[in-house]
Amino acid sequence: MKTKVGESPPLLQLRNITKRYGTYVANDSVYLSLEQGQICAILGENGAGKSTLMKTIYGIQQPDEGEIVWNGEKVAVTSPSVARDLGIGMVFQHFSLFETISVVENISLTVPGSLPDLSEIISQKANEYGLHVNPDAPVHGLSVGERQRVEIIRCLMQDPKLLILDEPTSVLPPHSVQQLFGTLRKLSERGVAMLYISHKLEEIRDLCHCAVVLRQGRVTGTANPRQATSAELARLMIGQAIPTARHAEAKPSCEPALTVSDLSYDNPDPLGESLDSVSMVVRPGEIVGIAGVSGNGQSTLARLLSGEIRLQSDMASRIRVFDRSVGDTQPGMRRELGVTFVPEERLGRATVPAMSLADNVLLTAHRAGLVRKGLIRRRQQADFADSCISGMDVRSRGRQSIASSLSGGNLQKFVLGREILLEPRILIVSQPTWGIDVGAAAMVRQKLVDLRDTGTAILMISEELEEIFEISDRIHVMYHGRLSPSVQARSVTAEDVGRMMMGEFDQTMRAA
Amino acid sequence: MMDTIIFVLAGAFATATPLLLAAIGEAVVEKTGVMNLSVEGMMAFAAAVAFAVTYQTGNIVLGFGLAVGASVALSLVFSVLVLAFSANQIVSGLAVGILGLGLSSLVGRNFENLTMMAPANLSPPVLSELPLVGLILFQQNAITYLAFAVAFLTWWFLARTRHGRITKVVGEDPAIAHNLGFAVIRIRLFAIIFGATMSGLGGAYASTILTPGWSDGLIAGRGWIAVALVVFGTWRPLRIAFGAYLFGALLLGDLAVQATGFSVPPQIMTSLPYVMTIVVLAAVSRNALLIRLNAPVSLGQNFRPSK
Repeated sequence: MKTKVGESPPLLQLRNITKRYGTYVANDSVYLSLEQGQICAILGENGAGKSTLMKTIYGIQQPDEGEIVWNGEKVAVTSPSVARDLGIGMVFQHFSLFETISVVENISLTVPGSLPDLSEIISQKANEYGLHVNPDAPVHGLSVGERQRVEIIRCLMQDPKLLILDEPTSVLPPHSVQQLFGTLRKLSERGVAMLYISHKLEEIRDLCHCAVVLRQGRVTGTANPRQATSAELARLMIGQAIPTARHAEAKPSCEPALTVSDLSYDNPDPLGESLDSVSMVVRPGEIVGIAGVSGNGQSTLARLLSGEIRLQSDMASRIRVFDRSVGDTQPGMRRELGVTFVPEERLGRATVPAMSLADNVLLTAHRAGLVRKGLIRRRQQADFADSCISGMDVRSRGRQSIASSLSGGNLQKFVLGREILLEPRILIVSQPTWGIDVGAAAMVRQKLVDLRDTGTAILMISEELEEIFEISDRIHVMYHGRLSPSVQARSVTAEDVGRMMMGEFDQTMRAA
Repeated sequence: MMDTIIFVLAGAFATATPLLLAAIGEAVVEKTGVMNLSVEGMMAFAAAVAFAVTYQTGNIVLGFGLAVGASVALSLVFSVLVLAFSANQIVSGLAVGILGLGLSSLVGRNFENLTMMAPANLSPPVLSELPLVGLILFQQNAITYLAFAVAFLTWWFLARTRHGRITKVVGEDPAIAHNLGFAVIRIRLFAIIFGATMSGLGGAYASTILTPGWSDGLIAGRGWIAVALVVFGTWRPLRIAFGAYLFGALLLGDLAVQATGFSVPPQIMTSLPYVMTIVVLAAVSRNALLIRLNAPVSLGQNFRPSK
């Protein structure tokens, strides 16, 4: 392809990029073109091939076909260091920092220079872009927001011409999102181009100049996000508008189902999360949401509630199910009382990766008449597994599929379906829609609301603020192992909750 | 009495040397996330080769060279299993270790119970004539100085250099290291070869300098002590050096106590180093943060880069 005389070629062009894993085609003949300073959104469902494409551009993996053209010249990006030399930087979704060394040591891994020199440049860049971090701080002590700043500073120190951002806002409180956007706009004005992966359509309309939609590995459309509505973008992405959960006023009864009172826990892992006198109540017929950036104690709380971590017996009454003290009991005992759990790790905590879906059903549903006198009732087991698979629209090759062969989103639907079919009196669910695409997420939320309406008490721990607002009746916020008092979901704004996510709830509480 | 103390303090450097070499090597291997439990076998094989070659040719340098070669050859078998085929590290290490012990018996068969002269220790002028200090510090073998120098250099490498940091982070999270563009498998291979070189030196030292003779089972658990020392020292080279020295002193304490005429049952003295290991391990693991920051998180886990 020749460029016209006097016109500079695009910064990045992808031509016919194809990437296969065995028979599965992750990217199918993708074309893309990006100008200097342009911020382009990459939209698509889970498994649409967005991350594969970004990894190819950053040189983590090689395409099977096609070419990458950089400033008009064909290049072979054989490794991330080649990409960095070209001027391509990447901010990873799950960060790529090492916890046991300091900020500047992390940066020194990929940026040449002595530690004192690097520290100085870090401080300089930090001031220039308003990204404050202490170069000598050990990474394990940093919040997620700070970690992301470190990632971005690391990219900026290599003077990038293209920045790849993979769902950068999924872990940030609202306040930090605006700060991040400020930085990105400043970079764009200086000519840095960006590829921006996100599920959040409003953000894309706010920030991006163009949008490319991927479906099943192919580019299926482009849009101008400034002009398109969120509904139009959603339709391009999943072929339909996103349904929102029908959500009638909750009618909770007054008897609490789950009571947590003054629960404190010192985590023996010094880098783990501890809890500081957490108290809350969940009543039958309501959904209580726990918001907050992950890493503030949510996973410890979930493990204490499920019985994976057991309290000393003198502390047993800190967790009560109806009128029973359960703090020192095993998970099985709690399940006997009608509590079910959906942990955030699907493989290894919610399912056994190497077992079939049918056998995974047995793990928790053996109480539902699938076992008689210690023998498995195959018919009932198959029926249960099938109704779980069809009821939740789990895309798999039937109940004999191995759990680890399912995509993350489908496995999550399966686990949720299994626990919902048990007709729990209390459901404790962590990150119900993590990694699920928007269409399936809407279905999951509707199922939770329907379950609530049957009189189940639901505790939902989620990082997605929109999700918390969409289906919770009351909201708590977790910050540094402490839990805020609850607020009514209908009477509070996202800004209020955002402030609480930064730890400002003691003041709120005193003012009230 | 004074003579006994000097004997222990000076002799501890010599007995610590093979432990220190092997432990430093293993520490670097474990820092990259690989658990190589064939240290005992590598040391034994190297010891047999070193003695056989030195006895036959009279050339101790050649003996050390071939011993290191033998040890590295064994570690390459381990590397192929673990790095190329993602075999379980513990099982592969044990299997290769047993192979090494078997090879050492095979090589040493014709040399059973033979002895030879140990090369003279270095005694630099002036320094070695200093009172006390000279006796303890400056009449040691060249390999002993090398061992402590290696410990110091390894500390410097891990703490102060960029490549050292890369070595460490590969053991913390190989997937992230791969995403940043580091060749995880190659770095682990280099570490394994370094570890084998150190084990080989340690084994050769044991059969040609420390007790210059061959009998089957000469290494007698030193490889396992080295593996324990790595944890004892929480993967930090200078602590490992201290631990090795302490261990060396305790091993000699046995002889020393007999010489002073105290009647302590020999079983107690012989078991003392092992009891001490257990006590110190328990004490060290009280500082959880220290261990968390130094222990390689991915230890024992294989990594396969996606292509």
